[in-house]
Amino acid sequence: MAAVRVEEVLAAAEEQEAEKRRSVTVEKELELEFDLGNLLALDRNPPPAAGLRGAGPRREALLRALARDNTQLLVARLWELPAERAGGPGGPLAARLPEPAFRLPREKPPPRPRPPTRWEQFARLKGIRRRKRTSLVWDEQAREWRRRWGYRRAGGDPARAWLAEVPEGADPQEDQFARLRREKRERVARNELNRLRNLARAHRAGTAVPAAPLHPTGHQSREELARVTRVARVSTASLGRFQPRLPKEPAEPPSRGGGGRKRRFEPLLGNLAAERSRQLELLRDMGSKKPVLDITRAVNKQLRQEEAEAAAAKGKKQSQRGKRGRRQQRAGRSSKKSGARRQQQQQRPAGGGTGGSRKKKA
Amino acid sequence: LIYCYRKPKTKRAKRFLEKREPKLKENTKNAMLIKGGNANLTVTEVLKDIYAVKKPFAVLYKKKNITRPFEDQTSLEFFSKKSDCSLFLFGSHNKKRPNNLIIGRMFDYHVLDMIELGIEKFVSLKDVKNSKCPEGTKPMLIFAGDMFDVNEEYRRLKSLLIDFFRGPSVPSIRLAGLEYVLHFTAVEGKIYMRSYKVLLKKSGCKIPRIELEEMGPSLDLVMRRTHLASDDLYKLSLKQPKALKPKKKKNISHDVFGTTYGRIHMQKQDLGKLQTRKMKGLKKRPAEKSAEDGGVSPKKSKSA
Repeated sequence: MAAVRVEEVLAAAEEQEAEKRRSVTVEKELELEFDLGNLLALDRNPPPAAGLRGAGPRREALLRALARDNTQLLVARLWELPAERAGGPGGPLAARLPEPAFRLPREKPPPRPRPPTRWEQFARLKGIRRRKRTSLVWDEQAREWRRRWGYRRAGGDPARAWLAEVPEGADPQEDQFARLRREKRERVARNELNRLRNLARAHRAGTAVPAAPLHPTGHQSREELARVTRVARVSTASLGRFQPRLPKEPAEPPSRGGGGRKRRFEPLLGNLAAERSRQLELLRDMGSKKPVLDITRAVNKQLRQEEAEAAAAKGKKQSQRGKRGRRQQRAGRSSKKSGARRQQQQQRPAGGGTGGSRKKKA
Repeated sequence: LIYCYRKPKTKRAKRFLEKREPKLKENTKNAMLIKGGNANLTVTEVLKDIYAVKKPFAVLYKKKNITRPFEDQTSLEFFSKKSDCSLFLFGSHNKKRPNNLIIGRMFDYHVLDMIELGIEKFVSLKDVKNSKCPEGTKPMLIFAGDMFDVNEEYRRLKSLLIDFFRGPSVPSIRLAGLEYVLHFTAVEGKIYMRSYKVLLKKSGCKIPRIELEEMGPSLDLVMRRTHLASDDLYKLSLKQPKALKPKKKKNISHDVFGTTYGRIHMQKQDLGKLQTRKMKGLKKRPAEKSAEDGGVSPKKSKSA
């Protein structure tokens, strides 16, 4: 009797053991997505809605089974990561996690690089580099290494300095201690002012207010005033061309690019020969039966230019095309220009003709 | 710190400000757990349990604050600025919205996203009489259900929950210490949050078999109102500075078989003077002053 029961017990125990060592594989319809850096697993499979509807232990059991499967998959992935023994051999096994892949919003915006201060600009210009200072200085009087500043500094406590020499050329009645104190106060104030100015410059650069109104208290910088006067000048109907200038104000420098291609005008009574040839060419084009614009040639050039642009957008380097490409591009562009100019010239003679006749009458 | 108009006068103040200024690699997000004007027992218990889960990176406010986050966010933003917390959980209760929980996050101390969830069922940490895992364990997060991908609000909720429960970002993790798992299931308009303790059992192979034990807070949630950030604000908050992008290593290419190739540029070599294996039979004798042939070295392409 006892033997049978023992056998039963042993069989039951063995079955339990076998169950424990069941496979660690899990079957899923859709593969899970993993982000091991965050220890995250995303399961896209729709969960069994029917089972989860009824409240109670059955739902809990279903949820737990689902969780167990998903956790098994996640742990399997984590175990595949390269692992090493942390803290030397015999330490705990630690897996090296990859960077978290799931994009989460930041807490604060990324820090903006601040513009260099006036000293930093100067130092960069001159090539001055920062020298690392030693923290201790040799004090000759005390014959030991003392701090550069602070408690028990080298050179003695400045508050206890009992002697202040009168420098040459100074008023003998002047209080030297008062002078030293005043100068220190001035230095500190100047330093603070410069720091605030650097800060204001950085702040302005950061916000970059383009049309900033004038500062209400009147403390404008020179550049800001110049900018605002320029803007005010140009906001007239004739774009500032006939605004009177102050006696010592510099004249407006000729605008960049030669005043733009469209605002360039030839002088009225200049080159008579050029004007004559231009008018004759105009009449010739008007009289000829051949169309000025060769449609097929223009279309081909346009197509070729579009192809060239597409290729450039893909990231091909300019040098690859070499001389041929450059010649093609320039040729294409010039012919396009001439075609457009010819079209314009066709329209202009309508006005030119009447203008010419008006002139004759006058 | 650079933009401070008042410079800190002590080192401690300077460290305090440096901790709070925007950085390239950010700190772990802190969460603030706030009670509303009329928070009942359930909601208070929920807040206490979540605080226990998020322990070093959370602040639990004891007093009740009479605010309505969906109408006026200034109070929340003030708290966020004072305690430097960018995640918050606000619990309240009234007849219209019983057992209400508002989970949200901030960007630059302004509210980014807020989602209101209703608690239908709650099982607390102390109701479940099992052993718990140590405080500050990094939890494994699992989201089940296609709703988390299909619906925009659920997607934001998923992102919020990951942000909330993620914990500190670590380079490596002790495999035996993976004890805690938070499982979220979205089905039929409800979200079930369950926390389990993971037991790693022996299995035939290297990967252990997982057995789960119910532990910790479990919540049945239903989504109510949402206040999501506009697309461009959200995109702005996702923007990472360029310096954090991993630098691509140049000159490395792979072929179909997995071999890695790189290129080395050598100067012109005199093949006659190359050092190769010494073959005794081919050793030049002092008498022979003819052209030496000391073994031609075949050119190999380097492979790893």
